Amino acid sequence: MSLSFLFYLTATIAVASAIFVVLNRNAVYSAILLVLCFFALAVLYLLLEAYFLAVLEVFIYAGAIMVLFLFAIMLLNLGREDALPKFMYLQRALSVLMVALFFFGIILIMLHEPGVLHQPGDTFSAGGIHVLGEALFSKYLLPFEVASLLLLVALIGTVYLAKRKI
Amino acid sequence: MVVPLEHVIALSMILFSIGVLGVLFRRNAITIFMSIELMLNAVNLALVGFSRYYNSVDGQVFVFLVMTLAAAEVAVGLASLSLSTEIARQ
Repeated sequence: MSLSFLFYLTATIAVASAIFVVLNRNAVYSAILLVLCFFALAVLYLLLEAYFLAVLEVFIYAGAIMVLFLFAIMLLNLGREDALPKFMYLQRALSVLMVALFFFGIILIMLHEPGVLHQPGDTFSAGGIHVLGEALFSKYLLPFEVASLLLLVALIGTVYLAKRKI
Repeated sequence: MVVPLEHVIALSMILFSIGVLGVLFRRNAITIFMSIELMLNAVNLALVGFSRYYNSVDGQVFVFLVMTLAAAEVAVGLASLSLSTEIARQ
């Protein structure tokens, strides 16, 4: 089984699970399928040689974020959604049209100019944790610190929102 | 690279479009949040593909920052969602 076949297989799994996430009316099933989609994306990261990001994808998305989603769904009892009122169907058709236009626009641009993208070399040295850490603490030190500030703000904001009466 | 860059971008486009459709179609706030996560992941996939293509680590740093942002967004979003549900039930 070659690696490119594995890529297409995983891509199919990711797209199929993403479609079911959107189509499913039950939010719990959507959350479980989204975990499957994240795992498929982690495999895709591995195939693109971003090893540390594949680990992060499983830890942060499939671990932390989805557990938070499931907690929210079960605590708030938001499982099912009501049927759509009649007037929304026009909006739905219009939104499908717009998304199709957006999608095929970019795909057609890519197909029309084949020669723009050359093939890269086979060696790749930027996938490991060592190179990423070095970049984070030298060239991207300021964005890294701003990200930590963002997390602090999110923490304080969440506590404030969830517990108004302190 | 195992596949051409075009295929990675096409996959990223498909996932992003599915996410946009989810935001436009669903009326459940939590499913809309999940669709936003899907869109962020599609962008991450494109960034990783470009990082591999240009043989540089910059794209992966951006993915790292996007993951931080997604975590913060989900925490604040779900807290405000629970608050609004609580207020609506009173």
